[in-house]
Amino acid sequence: MPAALTHLGRLEAEAIHIFREVAATFSKPVMLYSVGKDSSVLMHLAMKAFYPAKPPFPFLHVDTTWKFREMIAFRDRMAKEKGFDLLVHINEEGVRDGINPFDHGSNTHTHVMKTVALRQALDKYGFDAAFGGARRDEEKSRAKERIFSFRSAGHAWDPKNQRPEMWKIYNTRVATGESIRVFPLSNWTEQDIWQYILQENIPIVPLYFAARRPVVDRDGMTIMVDDDRMRLLPGEKVEERMVRFRTLGCYPLTGAIPSNATTLEEIVGEMLTARTSERQGRLIDRDEAGSMEKKKREGYF
Amino acid sequence: MLTGNKAPVGEEDTAPVDIRDYVAGQENKGLLRFLTCGSVDDGKSTLIGRLLFDTKLIFEDQLAALENDSRKHGTAGDEIDFALLVDGLEAEREQGITIDVAYRFFSTPRRKFIVADTPGHEQYTRNMATGASTADLAIVLVDARQGILPQTRRHSIIASLLGIRHIVVAVNKIDLVGFDEAVFERIAGEYRAFAEELGFNSIQPIPMSARYGDNVTRSSDQTPWYDGPSLLEHLETVDIEVEAEGRPFRFPVQYVSRPNLDFRGFAGTVASGHIGVGDPVTVAKSGKQTRIRRIVTQDGDLDVASEGQAVTLVLEDEVELSRGNMLVTPEARPHVADQFAATLVWFDENPLLPGRSYILRTETDEVSATVSHLKHRRNINNFAEEAATCLNLNEVGLCNFSTQAPIAFDAFRDNRVTGAFILIDRLTNATVGAGMIEWPLRRAANIHWQALDVTRQSRAALKHQKPAVLWFTGLSGSGKSTIASLLEKKLHASGRHTYVLDGDNVRHGLNRDLGFTDADRVENIRRVAETAKLMADAGLIVLVSFISPFRAERRMARELMNEGEFVEVFVDTPFEDCARRDPKGLYAKALKGEIKNFTGVDSPYETPEKADIHVKTVARAPEDLVDEIEAWLRDRGYC
Repeated sequence: MPAALTHLGRLEAEAIHIFREVAATFSKPVMLYSVGKDSSVLMHLAMKAFYPAKPPFPFLHVDTTWKFREMIAFRDRMAKEKGFDLLVHINEEGVRDGINPFDHGSNTHTHVMKTVALRQALDKYGFDAAFGGARRDEEKSRAKERIFSFRSAGHAWDPKNQRPEMWKIYNTRVATGESIRVFPLSNWTEQDIWQYILQENIPIVPLYFAARRPVVDRDGMTIMVDDDRMRLLPGEKVEERMVRFRTLGCYPLTGAIPSNATTLEEIVGEMLTARTSERQGRLIDRDEAGSMEKKKREGYF
Repeated sequence: MLTGNKAPVGEEDTAPVDIRDYVAGQENKGLLRFLTCGSVDDGKSTLIGRLLFDTKLIFEDQLAALENDSRKHGTAGDEIDFALLVDGLEAEREQGITIDVAYRFFSTPRRKFIVADTPGHEQYTRNMATGASTADLAIVLVDARQGILPQTRRHSIIASLLGIRHIVVAVNKIDLVGFDEAVFERIAGEYRAFAEELGFNSIQPIPMSARYGDNVTRSSDQTPWYDGPSLLEHLETVDIEVEAEGRPFRFPVQYVSRPNLDFRGFAGTVASGHIGVGDPVTVAKSGKQTRIRRIVTQDGDLDVASEGQAVTLVLEDEVELSRGNMLVTPEARPHVADQFAATLVWFDENPLLPGRSYILRTETDEVSATVSHLKHRRNINNFAEEAATCLNLNEVGLCNFSTQAPIAFDAFRDNRVTGAFILIDRLTNATVGAGMIEWPLRRAANIHWQALDVTRQSRAALKHQKPAVLWFTGLSGSGKSTIASLLEKKLHASGRHTYVLDGDNVRHGLNRDLGFTDADRVENIRRVAETAKLMADAGLIVLVSFISPFRAERRMARELMNEGEFVEVFVDTPFEDCARRDPKGLYAKALKGEIKNFTGVDSPYETPEKADIHVKTVARAPEDLVDEIEAWLRDRGYC
């Protein structure tokens, strides 16, 4: 009698099943690739799901133009190494209007350059299913979301009226213009992600590892000065410190944590004694109560 | 004290020396998936919040946010309201209730857990079922002051139907009845008596105060009379007997992988049992047998694949096999049938109507299906079997199903993966029901289609015509029958073989046993559509003149016919005109309330969205309209 599946083995099998279900039932799926650690795991699982074939869908990166430079370099390297079909979408209207996190605030910036940009891209290509790397342990409104999460033709999520989701039988039917967001990592926790990255030796953006980086303290967060667009406020001073990131996004909105963890083992060790949640490093979630739910209803991932 | 945090219970002091060893230890922990259910306000969300808090899985920033929220929305006075940890939707926090299921994760040194916190309100029962469908154990909360309520029973029955075999009866708020043993014993006894018929393998009652943590993660001093385990202790040790051993191999095919001409693999997840390279397998639907050549994964080929693993199988022979079919062990094959009995839980505001066509979806198969017979509805309070003509929201019943093509399945009690299905509404794509298959029906196995030598083509050719079903729909008195009968005269005069099926006339014979409820209307249409199909098969041009108020049934009729054979004619007369004409005096009676379920008055008429022919009758002579229809038919070669 073969041994029972391990914990990560169960999670991996569940995610692979979900990938295949989408490939078999939708006409135009896409994978949202945000370049972060969850996206790295998602990509790794997509490769496994269709082996020896390549994933039968493209990867889409919604570029807000304010991502860390190392993220963009990593993205382009991965696309080349893994040979996946990479689409990059930027909200050109937002660029034209000069939308940025400093003058317009994190809310407007995120809405225009991320949520609206994503809707533009989905409409432009007519995707009927989009994979995302969201996990239920990240945030309270995510904990409520289905694995196959229905979106109206306007990309809106109606949290009070979700389709029942029984067993592993997914309702994949949508009318023209409607779509489904699919979350293969729903049942993974942050710890699972790191332990899986360690077990499978999955490449991730170097920003996750501690290094000496130029940072300033602002609004109780440690912000990295990634390029010369970062304007210093009176009294702010750029310092070199050993820091790393638990999550990655737009650099002016993402807080670093002090850390000496330079290997995966050390990161996992650090995780076990963490006293704050990973989303604490994100300015956008703290803007207002229930802000994630609001963004999701508007079409944010 | 609200400080101190993180690092799972009991592991605070074990500074991880070797991370890889630690991770390997985590890897071999078992998983228990459970849900909390029960009536509104019995404290489900509070209990989960308490579990997470006491197992130290709440981060400092989350705790700060919780203290903040407790002041704003909390229902626990100045204290922390743990429910706000799980009630994540704005509407839930505002109303202080749970609307949809939330999933939370925690682990202890002994096990990992996924908790589904499900809503108590009856109107959100389908969300409770969502949480229950993937759970091994249910914590049924009972408010010690209220005792067992209808929702306690409903949730227990649904848990039982969905295959949950282990129950914890959490007699909560025991502090509010002065930690009274008698109250606890009475509720525990009542529950056991009620649940006797539900087939649970274990029932563990625990007196509890979720708010103050009594008997949640540690035994309480307040209940010295209780010598059973605390909740967490029970969850860590309850034996959920994974019955993987000895179950027959089942592999529903999800996806056919053909990256190049040299590779043809069948991707899927092993639903039960295991299979090795070289083992014989049978294709469930065709009975064709072959052997496993390879078990492919990106991490290298495997010798054996077992339950729960997602793999790609390569077979020795080129057999016909695609998504929806199943690879199985030749020794114990599943049922393959197009008729079976199943228990159904209904989730939709619109009732389940026997005869209406739905999409039935198993894990990988999809087929049109109807309920051919609703055998009985199950009374949630006393288990009684009651006669019913439809199933309403949240009701449970036993039904006979008929599918358009055979599906492969096991009884749900033998296999939760291959014995389950959902029903999807054809128009809205909503998930409207969940089914658990009980047994196949005999007739499906024994009645095979007769292949007939004289074909529909030869019959039509003899008559020099193209068979068609002209389906006239519209309100009572809109002029359907007048137009249909004039059109038949013209077609007949030009040598066509025709027949008119008229709503009123059919109700005198074939459908004399049917009334005017929604359920009967659906059956009425189904019979007429089947009759029209036989007549079209015989080569006739059939004119069906029926109010046929529901889109779903018109669509069902369309799908029964061959491509291009069904022509929907919408006879469009406004309600006011029909009521004024009132050729049979029916509107006058209906408007006075003397006739019930009258279309357009107290029963809806769903206007066709894309009729093939749309005739507006106001200020037009019937003869003109008939000429119009005839021209349409001539242009398309029907006459």
